[in-house]
Amino acid sequence: MFAQAETVATPEVLWWALVPLLVLAGAAVLLLTVASLVRRLPEWLPAAWTIVAGLAVLVSVVPLWNEVQDDGARSFLAGAVGIDGSTLFVTALLAVAVVATALLSRAYLTREDLPGVELYVLLLLSAAGGVVMASANDLIVLFLGLELLSIAVYVMAALHLRRIQSQEAALKYFVLGAFASAFLLYGIALVYGATGATGLARIAGYLSTTILLEDGMLMAGFGLLLVGLGFKVAAVPFHAWAPDVYQGAPTPVVAWMAAGVKAAGFAALLRVFVLTFGSWSGEWQPAVWGLAILTVLGGSVVAVVQTDVKRMLAYSSIAHAGFLLVGVQAASDRGTAAVLTYLGVYTLLACGSFAVVTVVGGAGDDRHGIDAYRGLGARRPWLAGAFAVLLLGQAGVPFTAGFVAKFGVIAAATEGHSYALAGIAMVSAAVAAFVYLRILVALYMEDRHLEDDDEAGAVEVDPAPWGPRIVITVSVALVLVLGVVPGPLVDLAKDAVPVLVGG
Amino acid sequence: MSVLASASPTFPVLPALILTPLFGALLVVLGPRRRPELLKLTAVLATVATGALSLWVLLAFDAGGEGFQFASRHAWIGELGISWLFGVDGISLFLIVLTGILFPIAILATDPGHDSRAYYAWMLVLEGGVMGVFASLDLVMFFLCFEIVLVPMYFLIGRWGHGNRTYAATKFFLYTMAGSALMLVGIVSLAFLHADATGGALTFDLVAIAEAQSIATETARWLFLAFALAFAVKVPIFPLHTWLPDAHTEAPTAGSVILAGVLLKLGTYGFLRFGLYLFPEATHHFAPVFLVLGVVGIVYGAVVATMQKDLKRLVAYSSVAHLGFIILGTFALNTEGIEGGLLQMVNHGISTGALFLLVGMIYERRRTRQIDELGGLQKSAPLLAGVFMVVMLSSIGLPGLNGFVGEFLVLVGTFNAHRWYAVVAAGGVVLAALYLLWAYQRVFHGPAEGDNADMPDLCLREGLVLAPLLALIVVLGVYPKPVIERMEPAVDALVEHIERHVDGFEEPTSRMGIDISPDGPLDGPADSEEGH
Repeated sequence: MFAQAETVATPEVLWWALVPLLVLAGAAVLLLTVASLVRRLPEWLPAAWTIVAGLAVLVSVVPLWNEVQDDGARSFLAGAVGIDGSTLFVTALLAVAVVATALLSRAYLTREDLPGVELYVLLLLSAAGGVVMASANDLIVLFLGLELLSIAVYVMAALHLRRIQSQEAALKYFVLGAFASAFLLYGIALVYGATGATGLARIAGYLSTTILLEDGMLMAGFGLLLVGLGFKVAAVPFHAWAPDVYQGAPTPVVAWMAAGVKAAGFAALLRVFVLTFGSWSGEWQPAVWGLAILTVLGGSVVAVVQTDVKRMLAYSSIAHAGFLLVGVQAASDRGTAAVLTYLGVYTLLACGSFAVVTVVGGAGDDRHGIDAYRGLGARRPWLAGAFAVLLLGQAGVPFTAGFVAKFGVIAAATEGHSYALAGIAMVSAAVAAFVYLRILVALYMEDRHLEDDDEAGAVEVDPAPWGPRIVITVSVALVLVLGVVPGPLVDLAKDAVPVLVGG
Repeated sequence: MSVLASASPTFPVLPALILTPLFGALLVVLGPRRRPELLKLTAVLATVATGALSLWVLLAFDAGGEGFQFASRHAWIGELGISWLFGVDGISLFLIVLTGILFPIAILATDPGHDSRAYYAWMLVLEGGVMGVFASLDLVMFFLCFEIVLVPMYFLIGRWGHGNRTYAATKFFLYTMAGSALMLVGIVSLAFLHADATGGALTFDLVAIAEAQSIATETARWLFLAFALAFAVKVPIFPLHTWLPDAHTEAPTAGSVILAGVLLKLGTYGFLRFGLYLFPEATHHFAPVFLVLGVVGIVYGAVVATMQKDLKRLVAYSSVAHLGFIILGTFALNTEGIEGGLLQMVNHGISTGALFLLVGMIYERRRTRQIDELGGLQKSAPLLAGVFMVVMLSSIGLPGLNGFVGEFLVLVGTFNAHRWYAVVAAGGVVLAALYLLWAYQRVFHGPAEGDNADMPDLCLREGLVLAPLLALIVVLGVYPKPVIERMEPAVDALVEHIERHVDGFEEPTSRMGIDISPDGPLDGPADSEEGH
């Protein structure tokens, strides 16, 4: 791609389509440069900068969306990068998650007395990686995006200097993540070996027109890609890192992992499996079917026995990944739209829930036991009420956005005649409900005996700073509004179904 | 909200039935936390307005009309063919009225004691949800309302309940949610299969799907089971009933009244509307199972109720027995049985609701519900004892009171369809007399000792709360005709629907006919005399 002589034609670049990516990457580099040049940066600046960048991405997505809806999807850079509805949908979700994480981080860093700039730079870079994944039209580009996203998150997990759990989490995440990357890369190599291409459009074309006499290499490639991406979205049995990392990492970073990393991971799963390997769906669907069942059941059942709220939410996030896999397994437009809807809803739920956890965690970020939530309903009615809404949303209770999300994937699975999968998913949703009920019980139903020894038993929760307050308010409001009026989100997700365009 | 001013035929009364309590809930949430009496007033006004609307529906209802009245439709998720689709027929009419009447009574009867704002808000949300269940004609809307009801009830039991409330609330929530998990899959599958079979667009319209009967027999049976599980837990049918005694006993008085009076009916109503109507063949196919379980429930509920030491738990188990009757009538699959079941739904709501209110009043005075610790209450509180006796006799099924009419019709229907089930079920009536009369005897007769001797009698507020229920008990017992008349077209249509779609099925008819149903007292069970 580096033109050394004038005669070499450089590939066409649609600069306008790269605006979100450029904003994120540019903002990261600029912030890093300014921070290293200016000795004392105002404390609020990095957060504000990140928020502005996130909002700018959100704004820039709107004209691009209209363009793509009117004139169809494009691909450029020699077919390596594409832009379509799903790219922009996921980009917007990532931008929302960036803004939410930045809002949480500012309060968190102040409270924990941690140095500020790195977190925001890494956050922006990680989001840029996510955008690359969502727009990848080539397996190599996908891998680049994944690494950019992941490496930034490894470092973010370690950012709490004084908490040993934070360091431990980062190391675990890094070692296992490196393994997963190796799997993914090997999978890419095998798929290349089987099809002779890394471009998604060319692979799809090859697979739909060619009958392979020997498909062992391709199958192995599918398997390894599934392992690699399954690790990123924390699907059982590749989930072992998630609870430890969620528990140890700084809580705002966990919000980003749950919302941002998951969205990017599923965008990649949709692009690679549903879109590129769509003509071979009969071969990979059973594997995703098994993965989905293990993930919904595993996540829900193990969550029940946890006593640490962050770990509960980690396992519940695994269960959510299982529901998303149910949508992927459908391998249909409806399934894809359902996954995108679910991602949108889960971004809200995750950001809001971890915002509450950030607030309750208190100085030192270690009050995450369920005891810390006991009687919160009486002492902090609004905070507890907001958490209750978010938990009911996660449980998929009607008239919250969580129900709309679950309904979508169940409908997609049923349409694809995966009745057993839909049934098992719903039953494990009922199991998972127990987890949320346990937190609700702590919030509301165990306050009376605390009144006797208020001093000893009740954990005092500091008033929420405005950052988390905004995140909680907006997410709760949207969870309720989208629960009653889900039409707009469902329609957006339907228009966001990805398409492959050859280069 | 003035009913008269809005009594135009185009007024969307069914959405108003759902939105009025929700609007009231909003007002309560925004109301002043330190003024519980103001919050209560708001809640009472909202429920009374809803009750008035439901009575208006009753009056405006065309008694002879077939099909669904007051229908209204608004798209919700157009892409999936889900809409806010409401309508009322003779089957749902009286359940809506029952809901409209019981809620203001439940709210007036007791005070929560703490956190009034949340309490009244949840009560009102609960009413909105229940109205939604009875009025919805869209499968997804029905499911939404069916599920949302869990949340307020969960909080009502868990926050304002008695000793073991957390356990009871969680058990209630999980049982019901697990039960209905598969129903959602069933609903979605049904809609997709229907759309495939008819080649039309995706729709969740109950009437369209039920009338088309486009699903293959075998598939329909599986789908029926997915629905039936949800309803069976909700009713509850033996052996899925174990959440009920806990939930009823630990719930606050108002919660028990609503739980027994209205919420259990969601299950039995579900069987009628989404079992019989949607899957007539499968219902017919599986009817023996439910008949057996119904009879087992009647006998088992009665036997276990006899053993109870806690008065409230006794009433709770009596519900298991009464709901067995409703299931029996429903699955007799003839007009008498279904009408009896429907009537029994309303009767059970009134009688058991009143019983829970009375038990709650005794508990407020004596701080105990243990039958052992009570005794001779008749001397200190003769009025309470008298009311309790009437309500209890209505629950037993004494002729002349409402309980008799329903049970009689159920037994006639079952007798025509499956003779021996009716024989065993009639034994359950005797058992009901046994456990209720025995409990009455232990609580109200005998010498009054200690606190029992000077227990205060009913106060005016309590009397006023109980008066409408007593009036209904007598009126429905003496003159049930207006109710039956309005139910009959819908029930007849339902039975015809079954006959039309089930090969070789003919309504097990009676030679007695519905018209000679008891307008006056017939000879009741001999042992009912013991109560006097």
